[in-house]
Amino acid sequence: MIKVAVLELKHISKHFGAIEAVKDVSFSLEPGEVIGLMGDNGAGKSTLVKMMAGNFKPNSGTILIDGKEIVMNRPVEAREHGIEIVHQDLALCDNLTAAANVYLGRELRLGFGPLRILDYPTMYRRAAEIFAELKSETRPRDLVKKMSGGQRQAVAIARTRLSNAKIVLMDEPTAAISVRQVAEVLNLIRRLRDQGITVVLISHRMPDLFAVADRVIVMRRGTKVADKEISKSSPEEVTGLITGAIETV
Amino acid sequence: MTTSLTNSIAQKQQSWLTGVLASQTFWVFVAVIVASLALSFTTDSFATSKNLYNITRNVTFTAIIALGMTLVIITGGIDLSVGSVLCLCSMVLAVVMHAGYSIEVGIAASIATALVVGAFNGFLIAYIGLPPFVVTLGMLSVARSLAMVASGNTVVFEFGPDNDALLALGGGAWFFGIANPVMYTIVLGLLTGFVLRWTRFGRHVFAIGGNESAATLTGVPVKVIKVAVYMISSLSAGIAGIVQTGWLGAVTTNIGAGMELQVIAAAVIGGANLAGGGGTALGAIIGAMLIEVIRNSLGLLGINAFWQGTFIGGAILFAVMFDRLANYRRNA
Ligand SMILES: Nc1ncnc2c1ncn2[C@@H]1O[C@H](COP(=O)(O)OP(=O)(O)O)[C@@H](O)[C@H]1O
Ligand SMILES: [Mg+2]
Repeated sequence: MIKVAVLELKHISKHFGAIEAVKDVSFSLEPGEVIGLMGDNGAGKSTLVKMMAGNFKPNSGTILIDGKEIVMNRPVEAREHGIEIVHQDLALCDNLTAAANVYLGRELRLGFGPLRILDYPTMYRRAAEIFAELKSETRPRDLVKKMSGGQRQAVAIARTRLSNAKIVLMDEPTAAISVRQVAEVLNLIRRLRDQGITVVLISHRMPDLFAVADRVIVMRRGTKVADKEISKSSPEEVTGLITGAIETV
Repeated sequence: MTTSLTNSIAQKQQSWLTGVLASQTFWVFVAVIVASLALSFTTDSFATSKNLYNITRNVTFTAIIALGMTLVIITGGIDLSVGSVLCLCSMVLAVVMHAGYSIEVGIAASIATALVVGAFNGFLIAYIGLPPFVVTLGMLSVARSLAMVASGNTVVFEFGPDNDALLALGGGAWFFGIANPVMYTIVLGLLTGFVLRWTRFGRHVFAIGGNESAATLTGVPVKVIKVAVYMISSLSAGIAGIVQTGWLGAVTTNIGAGMELQVIAAAVIGGANLAGGGGTALGAIIGAMLIEVIRNSLGLLGINAFWQGTFIGGAILFAVMFDRLANYRRNA
């Protein structure tokens, strides 16, 4: 039996002026799979996931969801297709509360027509539930300004739990947090996978990759140089692919 | 589980009282009260009905525009054109009514002018990406010049058939004996406060000032909102212009000159953060009160009016420093 890919990229390219950030990349994601996306700085990893999240439009190539071609112009459209992203710089507003950040861009409102006010009680309650589910000590009314790196990460990840996402893209979620918090994030990724959610994890940390990923995709200077099952690879091979010591597999 | 959730939701980082004591607005309000009391005891001329009458009117014009300015400042922008826009909108109202049109037509023309000017500023800032400082500095010059063109640089003091209606609008006291300009300020203040706290638009205004790229990445319509805040800022200047015209009963091409500084000072003294991300409606009004009390007291104490700029500028610097110190203490 052939599994239908939840998301498929076909010959995706993106350039910024003369810089070719992503060149002719194709791959597909299956349900409940954790994919490690590896590559040196500037390899095009963030650009690639931003195209999947509706932040950038590819210059060429197609994106398919459940076998159907889609065009996304804005982040909300990606969310409607069940794709959520945790950005590398977390994309949080320091001056707002945890709950306000979780709901940023999709605030809940009461009332109808133009007479609608923010639904604080529901947003606080739902945010508190998500933080409890994530086993985070963050409270809905806490200002992000006063939070530690791990708490910020929890707020950014909580954003992805608002909807019934099928695909969660994580851009270096473990880059700026403590070892204990890394373990928490990895546990969270396992919990997402157990619910049948596909996770794309960008990370520089080889141990993270081998701890949770089922498959690894390696990017080098905008192109995909490897795409294989993690059990058939090794940290040495992945390192070689990232640096270019190994051309491709 | 349920109780711990409830606790977590109810948990605030500071109590109500610490919140008040840490707020700049509260201390500025204390300063206004202390200064007013001191002036009442030390001078015979402060607590007279005529002087209080003048103070409250002057406060309202600055305060109304400071409300609009606060929105702009929260997004991390600035609007230097408000003084000239006030002049242009007053002049459009005056010229249209002088030509024999009704007050409704005059006000509609004036407000339309304000919205067009604001949309123009906002478009250049949000869509073309020009710095707010430069765009609105240009508009400061353009709007006043257009006011001169519209009036042939004359004074307009005759407002056609609806002359009396206009004077009543600005000079009357229709509700509970409260002067109309004060009433408008209260209503607009409540409206601004409501929008900032209870609407998605208000939330997005704060988000843009807090982290514009985060707002963009999460799908906040950043450009549309930026255009809207500059339109609101111009609109507030237009409204102040209409009310002021009714109150003064005459329009010259130099009204509102230098007012941008006073308005920005009011907003900043009231706690609006020039780096973006913070500010309140109440703060804008209380900031305007302090500015006016300072201005007024200099006159009453017989201090040369040339010193006014020094005191207002000093108050701005003090407010910004207060904010720095408060932040420093918090982070320490
Ligand atoms: N918004 C942008 N504008 C211009 N160039 C960009 C932009 N985003 C990324 N780039 C460029 O594209 C290339 C790939 O960047 P990125 O996708 O961030 O790499 P990675 O996440 O793998 O470190 C880099 O050369 C980077 O400078
Ligand atoms: Mg990156």
